[in-house]
Amino acid sequence: MKFPAFEYARPTSLDAALGLLKVHGGDAVLLAGGQSLMPLLAFRLAAPGLLVDLKDVPGLGAIGIDAEGVRLGAFVRWCEIDRNARLAAAHPLLVEAIGHVAHYQIRNRGTVGGSLAYADPAAEMPGIAVTCDGEIIVMGGAGERRVAAADFFLGALTTCLEPGEIITGLRLPAWPKDRRWAFLEFARRRGDFALAGTALYYDLDSEGRAVDAHIGVIGAADRPMRLAEAERAINGSAVDADSIAAAAEAASLEVDPMEDFHAPVAYRRALVQTLVARALTRAAG
Amino acid sequence: MKPGNLLIGAPMERVEDPRFLRGAARFVADVNLEGQAHAVIARSSIAHGHIRAIETGDALAIPGVRAVITAHDLGPEVPVIPLRLQPLAALEPFRQPMLAHGKVRFVGEPLAVIVADSPQIAEDALERIGVEIEPLPAIVDRAHAEAGETVLFEDHGSNVAIRWTAMRGDAERAFANADYVRRETFRIQRHAALFMEPRGLVAQWDATARKLTLWGAAKVVFANRRILAASMGLTEQQIEMIEVDVGGGFGSRGEFYPEDFLIPFAARLLNRPVKWIEDRREHLMTANHARETECEVEIAATADGRILGLRGRSWTDNGAYIRTNGSVAPRNVAQFMSGPYDIENIALSTIQLTTNKTPAGTYRGPGRFEGDFVRERLIDLMAKDLGIDRVEIRRRNLVRETQMPYPLATITPYESATELDSGDYRELLDRCLEDFGWAEKVKLDGQLVDGRYHGIAIGCFIEGGGAGPSENARITLETDGSISVYVGSASVGQGIETIMAQIAGDALGAPFDRIRVRHGSTGHVADGGGSYHSRSTVMGGSAIVLAADQLRDNIRKVAARALGCEPAEVTLDADTAKGPSDESLALSELSEESIEAEATFSSDKYTYAYGSLAAHVAVDAKTGHVEVIEVVSIKDVGRIINPATLHGQAVGAIVQGLGGSLLEHLVYDGDGQLLTGTLADYMVPSAECFPNIRSTVVELKPSPNNPLGAKGGGEGEIIPVGGVIANAVAAALADSGAEPFELPLSPPRIWALITEAQSHR
Amino acid sequence: MWIRFEVNGTKVELDVEPRVSLADCLRDTLRLTGTHLGCEHGVCGACTVIVDGAAVRACLMLAVQAHGEHIVTVEGLSNDDALSPLQASFRKHHALQCGFCTPGMITTAHALLTEEPDADAERVREVLSGNICRCTGYIPIIKAVLEARAHYAGEDAPP
Repeated sequence: MKFPAFEYARPTSLDAALGLLKVHGGDAVLLAGGQSLMPLLAFRLAAPGLLVDLKDVPGLGAIGIDAEGVRLGAFVRWCEIDRNARLAAAHPLLVEAIGHVAHYQIRNRGTVGGSLAYADPAAEMPGIAVTCDGEIIVMGGAGERRVAAADFFLGALTTCLEPGEIITGLRLPAWPKDRRWAFLEFARRRGDFALAGTALYYDLDSEGRAVDAHIGVIGAADRPMRLAEAERAINGSAVDADSIAAAAEAASLEVDPMEDFHAPVAYRRALVQTLVARALTRAAG
Repeated sequence: MKPGNLLIGAPMERVEDPRFLRGAARFVADVNLEGQAHAVIARSSIAHGHIRAIETGDALAIPGVRAVITAHDLGPEVPVIPLRLQPLAALEPFRQPMLAHGKVRFVGEPLAVIVADSPQIAEDALERIGVEIEPLPAIVDRAHAEAGETVLFEDHGSNVAIRWTAMRGDAERAFANADYVRRETFRIQRHAALFMEPRGLVAQWDATARKLTLWGAAKVVFANRRILAASMGLTEQQIEMIEVDVGGGFGSRGEFYPEDFLIPFAARLLNRPVKWIEDRREHLMTANHARETECEVEIAATADGRILGLRGRSWTDNGAYIRTNGSVAPRNVAQFMSGPYDIENIALSTIQLTTNKTPAGTYRGPGRFEGDFVRERLIDLMAKDLGIDRVEIRRRNLVRETQMPYPLATITPYESATELDSGDYRELLDRCLEDFGWAEKVKLDGQLVDGRYHGIAIGCFIEGGGAGPSENARITLETDGSISVYVGSASVGQGIETIMAQIAGDALGAPFDRIRVRHGSTGHVADGGGSYHSRSTVMGGSAIVLAADQLRDNIRKVAARALGCEPAEVTLDADTAKGPSDESLALSELSEESIEAEATFSSDKYTYAYGSLAAHVAVDAKTGHVEVIEVVSIKDVGRIINPATLHGQAVGAIVQGLGGSLLEHLVYDGDGQLLTGTLADYMVPSAECFPNIRSTVVELKPSPNNPLGAKGGGEGEIIPVGGVIANAVAAALADSGAEPFELPLSPPRIWALITEAQSHR
Repeated sequence: MWIRFEVNGTKVELDVEPRVSLADCLRDTLRLTGTHLGCEHGVCGACTVIVDGAAVRACLMLAVQAHGEHIVTVEGLSNDDALSPLQASFRKHHALQCGFCTPGMITTAHALLTEEPDADAERVREVLSGNICRCTGYIPIIKAVLEARAHYAGEDAPP
């Protein structure tokens, strides 16, 4: 499974990278970690004429934590998220979810931007972006634009990125200290893509009722999604056995799982129900 | 002379290891010849159809492409892969041509060989090959195969290749008179050996000497040389096959595949060395598949749990062709389903079907894993129905030592009868129960703990090994006093260099580090049997014992001349030959020429290692996930050469069995497309999956069938795993009434079983 | 393209096609065949090498990406005289049979223990879950890596 022939460029500025994309159009692809791109090339499912390696483009590799929240540069690798001691406190749901990505060697190379651009329906990073009201920062010929994660993922392996655009980072809103949260996914083996997974959080009002619940799922549709009905079942209530059961059931009905040979639709629905119930139970402590 | 036990039985570190650990091993992909070209195989992407055209012009136009070979280039008659084992005339219509012509019958079937200056260019050329195939309906399941509306081999007229029958006693009468009969349908899924090193070959033709040299040989090198010689119109002496380091086989690597002809053919055609290394996607669709079997079997017993008979039919999905050993598994399903149990009446048949899938062959414990799944499930069901403890019911039915040699069912055609040689089956059952802690663990059986249902199970198994007919060894006392051992056994990663040195060392009374073992390649011995059916220790080891005896005689003769005495008066030790008056000669100074002996060990009797395996599982009823909490096994091999390497094989076999029970599945769609074409989709166990396995190997009852007293032991522990895990899951889910009859026990399947069982309440 | 990098302490300068993987460059051009190709799609781990201290899948990296990097392959973890403590531990525990996955296990374990000499069994299993072995069933490999920890933590490190 040798790669098809292509040219390779390693620009040293974002402008230069954008310039290359403009010139080569759809014949150029961006290379970040390569952990999703290279297998595609190995299977000859893609045959780009030019690989544009972003490694030397400055300003893409920073992890920023401030009062506004967390900012991850597109070239931040999974292992850097692991190693960042402040991040675990600044956004525990992010760190927990990313801990499930792939394997050791892949985590040393794979990147935030690469995962967002690839848009695998079962991937953790897109799941967190959508669940946590993330904002994806995109640079293009016309300058910078910010896309709400909810609008970014259009379908399996499909995003709203236009030709000639480069993801430069992801912003996640600030995370209150007392927030209740949980991440739970079910995969056949550690590191496999999840058959389904859920990332969720809610805050508590002065009466101990959930507010602003965010319940997101991965692997249960052609893209990560928040489950409004499930959130409705929790918001304004105490998070107890009854509301959890209601939210979980709503979740199972709300998802639109794809049928494949790994799992039939009915199973995935039941799995979502189980995962949401267990995750809410864990979040509630 | 029975070899002593200084080296034999010691857990010696392996002599092979340093080069593997340093990255200094030489696998076939590491072999590079000056001026070599690279081959890739163009393969059918359609499962069944008539080949209308193969366009090669565009591919040939790419700079660096040297040749594109199709069936037309192979001569007036396209050679076929012969049957190595069970060469029945009835199976001949189903042999695979080295390159497809006329029809294609499975996705992955070779259509052409592209040879280019680099593998990259060869793959580029692959994309330019134009193939026109007029599709035919793909046969992918038993129902359609049997219905026969579409057949793979029009001349044959049906998709039933052959029917094997295993008979013993009078099953008809036994079932008619039985107190208890239970019948079920079982399914074992298609999966495969999945060895880690992809297959490969490097072939070099010497046009002047008219000699072919091949690197990458494995498993049954001499047999493959015979096949290759015949298909290339050469004599065996014109072919040298060199076995380098081999990255696993498990029964699948080393059988004769089309590439084993195509690559040497290309080398001779181009008069240039040709190298071919398969990639993993190719491997998944071309290396032998295995195990896909459906069984409708019934068990008959007395009211107090004595098994009277087994009766039923199995169907194996053999894929599109019957290759060298394609009939072994179907035969074994029927012949060995009784396992270690005393079952006097047997009428089991296996129908071997052809379908538009990758051809099937042997994989560790072929047919035995499948048969044991069926039998052990039936025994647990029987125990439950009769209200008898499932351990006790096994005890009641295991073959007794006093009954040995114990005849198993006779299989026809290719009539073959075999007997269990020796063993104390009950003893190992008891030891396994103790080691597992059955008495304690049984309290958890069926219990819900922390959201999961716990279950345990135990099963008993036999492992047939030591296949004949023979093996050869040659031992040389070199002029410097070192000892070279050449044996026909092949390395597939099992530590041959170490094991055989241990045997030779004890047989000769020589120190371990003076011995060097060479194996596998045709240059080493005149003929060799190879490594399959767990035969290397028994056959190769025994040949070494015989050769060692012969060598000692030869050394005595030479020493006698030098010492001026009779050979019988010479005594040998590790370093010297002594005459009757204590005058001695150093072995390293005995002769200006090396002293050699060659021997053949022949046997037509199989050996039967045996044992028990127990498992504890916890089932998450909501996700369907089965966690294997612990597996414990024990096995008797009669004589242990190296307990460390044997133990390693046992653990590895168990993990493969767990993969086959829970994870691995080669899935086809209705068009005969293989959906599991990557290692992300075909899931084998990883380091996290099954961390708690304890395996013991003992030498309790030697085999009477060879001078070592050894029983082949490379496969056994995989055999009981499917049945035991399924029984443990059934035990865990006893309250729900869910009964598994199909592997793999994937989460969706378990969930569906539970959901369905609950809806019936 | 001309690239320069260091492999096992030796500087190399090569002209490679962009599409050549780092694995193929090491194996074919530099004849360092200890790095093995088991799948070429980033799953099996047999091709693991160490790039600037990090274990990576060489089949998912281009040779041209190695420009300016420090690469260590399994050959670089050995010397001629004796096996390294990690290698000796593998041998002692019979943590290899056919040997094909072994280089990847060695490089991955070495990278892990260099960073985390106190990694526990769970962590070792987690990290090695990205390396497939078909022969050993993993248990002796885990034991070997755990025993080798002492050599990475210094002489007075707890076992």
